[in-house]
Amino acid sequence: MTTGGAPGADQAGRQGRPPRSGRSATATDRLQRLLALIPYVVSRRAVGLAETAAAFGVSESQLVDDLNLLWCVELRSPDPYCPIDLSYEGGEISVTEAESITRPLRLAADEASALLIGLRMLADLPGPQDVPALRRTIAKLEAAAGEAGAASAQVAVRPDARAAAEVQDRVADALRRGRRVHLSYYVPGRDEATERDADPMRLLVVDGRSYLEAWCRRAEAVRLFRLDRVLAVTVLDVPAEVPAGAEHVDVDSGLYHPSERDLRVVLELTPAGRWVAEYYPCEEITDLPDGRLSVVLRTPDASWVRRLALRLGEDGKVIAPAWLAREVTQEATAALAAYA
Amino acid sequence: MSKQKTERLLSLVVCLLSSRRYLTAGQIRAAVPGYPEAFDAFKRMFERDKEELRELGIPLETGTNAGADEEVGYRISPQDYELPEIVLEPDEAAVLGLAARVWRQAELAGAAAGGLLKLRAAGIDAEEASQPGIEPRLQTGGPAFGPLWEAVRDGRPVSFSYQAAGRSSPERRNLEPWGVVNRYGRWYVVGFDRDRGGERVFRLSRITGAVTFTGPAGTVTVPAGTDVQRSVQAWDADPPGVRTAVLRLRRGAAFGLRRHATSDRPDPGQDGWDLVEAPFSDVSWYADYIASFGSDAVAIEPVDLREAVIRRLKGALT
Repeated sequence: MTTGGAPGADQAGRQGRPPRSGRSATATDRLQRLLALIPYVVSRRAVGLAETAAAFGVSESQLVDDLNLLWCVELRSPDPYCPIDLSYEGGEISVTEAESITRPLRLAADEASALLIGLRMLADLPGPQDVPALRRTIAKLEAAAGEAGAASAQVAVRPDARAAAEVQDRVADALRRGRRVHLSYYVPGRDEATERDADPMRLLVVDGRSYLEAWCRRAEAVRLFRLDRVLAVTVLDVPAEVPAGAEHVDVDSGLYHPSERDLRVVLELTPAGRWVAEYYPCEEITDLPDGRLSVVLRTPDASWVRRLALRLGEDGKVIAPAWLAREVTQEATAALAAYA
Repeated sequence: MSKQKTERLLSLVVCLLSSRRYLTAGQIRAAVPGYPEAFDAFKRMFERDKEELRELGIPLETGTNAGADEEVGYRISPQDYELPEIVLEPDEAAVLGLAARVWRQAELAGAAAGGLLKLRAAGIDAEEASQPGIEPRLQTGGPAFGPLWEAVRDGRPVSFSYQAAGRSSPERRNLEPWGVVNRYGRWYVVGFDRDRGGERVFRLSRITGAVTFTGPAGTVTVPAGTDVQRSVQAWDADPPGVRTAVLRLRRGAAFGLRRHATSDRPDPGQDGWDLVEAPFSDVSWYADYIASFGSDAVAIEPVDLREAVIRRLKGALT
């Protein structure tokens, strides 16, 4: 790296949390939990072991270890004394003495910012959520965080605005009122508009795109509908009926799951075609000379690859499978004939 | 080992919080169990402990007691330590839980969970359930977000290697970051480019290798009036100069192009084809899109669009 002798130069390599400067993460994590535990109990007067363990995301035996540790704190000077007295008899925790640590520690800059950014993003999204409650919460949290929340103003999140406002409003309305919708939906792989009734479940926003998660009455399965591909939506005067067995999509494992049965496509991209690697999940990305890239994609849909290759022109070549490369050439030849 | 350390740090916090006077290192060693007897070893351990408490955001004060000609001591002021009073209504607590989930699996997930824990400790029942119908996520993806967020938060200049669109090799860039921006799911950093001498925007996914801090905290000043939120909104304003394209589309096909059509009628000159008019602004982007429909779509007008489509298709031949 070319930082030379710049003042204060060092390597910023921290990824994720919790490791702080790489040492004794567990000791300080536990300290944070212990400092929150007493106020948690005090603010509730008394609270069950099981409930508290769940709130802190630890096992009950870990929680009991924590409580014993707190109870054992002893200061020796000027005279020995135990500043904390508590009990958890009968599965209920109560604190009788907890000098000076009855309030939680202030929010750190990262903590206040993470929550404020999340709240502001939610308040800006067109959806069924309670925006007035969000605005009140933002104001209260800003006041409680003080300076710690200041840096959050330097982060901006601009939600997806590619879907028609009318579509967004109607989907939000259907979710709020629990109504069935009729969707006219564009399926790009088949390049056609489809019609169906669906029972809305949730609005998902992942990777900057909005999706309606719904029970599709045509497919009789949970489906995701990208809002910018909804051509028209009507809120029906029928209550949504999502079957009890319908499972939510696991948002955190990613919406795209390539299958082993999918077509394995190798593309070679010029510098102008590198955007492909940013827009589509690639199985492999290999740098080639002169800023070119070789990428491996998996897709169940050969026609999608053909379209991608045609739009890339000289900036992206299908290397494998060979039959697909030939199809692209044939289609380009046929298209050019119209301009002859 | 770790348990002893937790115990020692906890005792240290309780000890310093309950004292109104500044306590000297010697007094602290006498009061807090767990420090070694040898003074040098104690001093080293105490220095590390102080640093760890500060990293947790515990406001450790240094000073001397008034009137006494003593050595420097330490204390924690309860006013600076304690989270101010905050009371949330049930509907407010519900959206708070939802907001914390936004970061799940992303860079600030731990921070969001830590913040939520402190608010729960303040008596707020922020449950995970019950907010109906919406589940947004902010992904941070690559490794550049963490250090850039820290740089923005702490006001530190950075340096990184950047692969600009269409360039064949990455370039070293030096930036005073003002803010990070997520637009339609993609992250950008906005700031003052020291080499170019002006405001620049960089896409995080095009940063290659590590982001390096090139100066200490507090050395970047965000110019007064800079509004990161507004600078993003400005990009969303559509470029003016919308033009009209005339396309010939095979009947029953190229639906993606018909979606935005202003007129769509049978072509009197060619059986089985339609003539479609549609608005566009970026010739190159629109030509690529038309090319993707292959032999189902022909660009008729304007000429520059037609030629751009032909170029694309010829490019796909070789």
